[in-house]
Amino acid sequence: MSENTAADEIIICQDVCKWFGDFQALKNCSLRVQAQEVVVIIGPSGSGKSTFIRCINRLEEHQAGDIIVDGIPLTRDVRNIEQIRSETGMVFQQFNLFPHLTVLENITLAPIQVRKMKKDEAMETAMGLLNRVGIPEQADKYPGQLSGGQQQRVAIARSLAMSPKIMLFDEPTSALDPEMIKEVLDVMQELAETGMTMLVVTHEMGFAREVADRIVFMDGGEIMEVGTPEHFFTNAQHERTKLFLSQIL
Amino acid sequence: MTTAAGTPTDRSVLPVTERYTLLGWLRRNLFSDLFNSLLTLVALASILIVARLLLRWAFNTAEWGVIPANFNLIMRGQYPAIEAWRLWLVIYLLGTVVGIVWRLIVGQFNTTARVLVAIPLVLMLIPFFSMGTRLYLLITAVASFAGYFIAGYLPILHRGRAAVYFVIAYLVVMLILLRGVGAEDGSLPPVQPILWGGLLLSLLLAFFGITLSFPLGVLLALGRQSRLPAIRVISVIYIEFIRGVPLISLLFMGQIMLQLFLPDGFPLVDRVLRALVAITLFSAAYTAENVRGGLQSIPRGQYEAAQAVGLSTYQSTIHIILPQALRAVIPVLVGQFISLFKDTTLVALVGIFDLLGIARTIIANPDWLGTQQEVFAVIAVLFWIFSYTMSFASRRLERRLGVGQR
Repeated sequence: MSENTAADEIIICQDVCKWFGDFQALKNCSLRVQAQEVVVIIGPSGSGKSTFIRCINRLEEHQAGDIIVDGIPLTRDVRNIEQIRSETGMVFQQFNLFPHLTVLENITLAPIQVRKMKKDEAMETAMGLLNRVGIPEQADKYPGQLSGGQQQRVAIARSLAMSPKIMLFDEPTSALDPEMIKEVLDVMQELAETGMTMLVVTHEMGFAREVADRIVFMDGGEIMEVGTPEHFFTNAQHERTKLFLSQIL
Repeated sequence: MTTAAGTPTDRSVLPVTERYTLLGWLRRNLFSDLFNSLLTLVALASILIVARLLLRWAFNTAEWGVIPANFNLIMRGQYPAIEAWRLWLVIYLLGTVVGIVWRLIVGQFNTTARVLVAIPLVLMLIPFFSMGTRLYLLITAVASFAGYFIAGYLPILHRGRAAVYFVIAYLVVMLILLRGVGAEDGSLPPVQPILWGGLLLSLLLAFFGITLSFPLGVLLALGRQSRLPAIRVISVIYIEFIRGVPLISLLFMGQIMLQLFLPDGFPLVDRVLRALVAITLFSAAYTAENVRGGLQSIPRGQYEAAQAVGLSTYQSTIHIILPQALRAVIPVLVGQFISLFKDTTLVALVGIFDLLGIARTIIANPDWLGTQQEVFAVIAVLFWIFSYTMSFASRRLERRLGVGQR
């Protein structure tokens, strides 16, 4: 739907390179993401998918190339980094909730500390978000008392509490039991329908086919192929893409 | 062997009543087989022999007269008797503040609270106490109850914060009362800290040693993990230097060498204060290493999640990393504090009369020759009471804070 509004490029990655020691994890990765677009990144493990989206909010530092998020260039400048992080939510494979805080405290901490929001207001927002992800009754529990699916939904609510313009998902369902995957994917799909810009690293091909505007296939640290879901699942061009899809489908 | 049908041989199928009788308990826990029965008998015999020796000594041989005769010395050292009312006032206020803080933090008059109030009342039963002392103990119990009662009616918004203010105010008042202000013939004449002694001094050294070294140690632990090389190097040098030196040598350095470095006529800091500084610096290095252990136990994902929601390094340290790291090392820290409490006895070697120093002066007194056993037994019991209290409190704290870890 958003392909038409070409000027609204919210994430611009140009020739991004990243090395871990001698190993080159990202090789000249370039990608432009439109506002409100949902981009799913797939590829075999070790292909650099996670590293790529972790560079976008500077959990990893890229060593060459340019990343511009919502018009802010990602450089060593701490102010730029903090501004980009406060506009970018991230959901991790292992949830990474704060185990010593209740669900409600997990969600309200950043709005109160970073956005200087009033406590009452932050709590109200948080309850609204918990309703949205379907677990308002868990507000006063600790993360350790919730199931994996519930924890991941709290993690999504925690990111949304900062009203981000972009959401990054790093294999959000890979650590979940099969019966809990759907509840998390449903929340993500609902989020995509509200027009959130999303970058999702996942192995859930059903989700990719149904929700993605575009699919990115990565292998060996390179972006091999980018295209719509129809293109990918019916008419993939690259040999390695075909091989990967044949293994996973 | 003789497992006739229907005979309960498996413990799990024993009838409920039999599982809970004393005899059943004895058989299962102490006499389950031949070897265990033998061990039980040997242990029982050893306990009986030791207990008999101990009781015989305590009731027949020991000359307990030395304790009542020197009781004030053991409690407060050379603190002038005429100013002793100030110490009692400090104790009343302590009772009151404990009562207030209990109401603010715990909020209910539970079993532990009853035990706390009972302490001064039980102490009233000590046989050689004068009626005056018993009255003062009664006042202490009443003061703590009053504090609890009154705090329920205070219009307080932030309970935790208010509790901290009450404790800080108490510490300031306590120090003013102990140290005194104004002229020698005024109403609150100064008492030099070198005259403070006995249990009073041991507790003060331990308390301030712990509360001052803790923040310093946390800062050093964070410094050792800092990304700034200068801060990291300074922290490492400090920690490794202090850990490489025995406490007693730091105490001697503080007492003797400090004067060599200071210019002539420089007002010399009080000797007790110098000992406290040495203890604090020493303990901080160990606290730092213990806290570092906690910091290293925090998974990387916690740092990443904190960064990803936009918290600054300072905010994530205060709200995410430290609370988890400190919780993880409570048992280690309390162990260190207990050992610090006992290490304060080393100040006796640099001429400060803490509990152990006082004990040594008593047994050196010609009037009380040959009473080492009695005096040291009492000192040991006093140290045990306070050390055990710390360890008990830490276990309660762990349980209270453990909620999120389930």
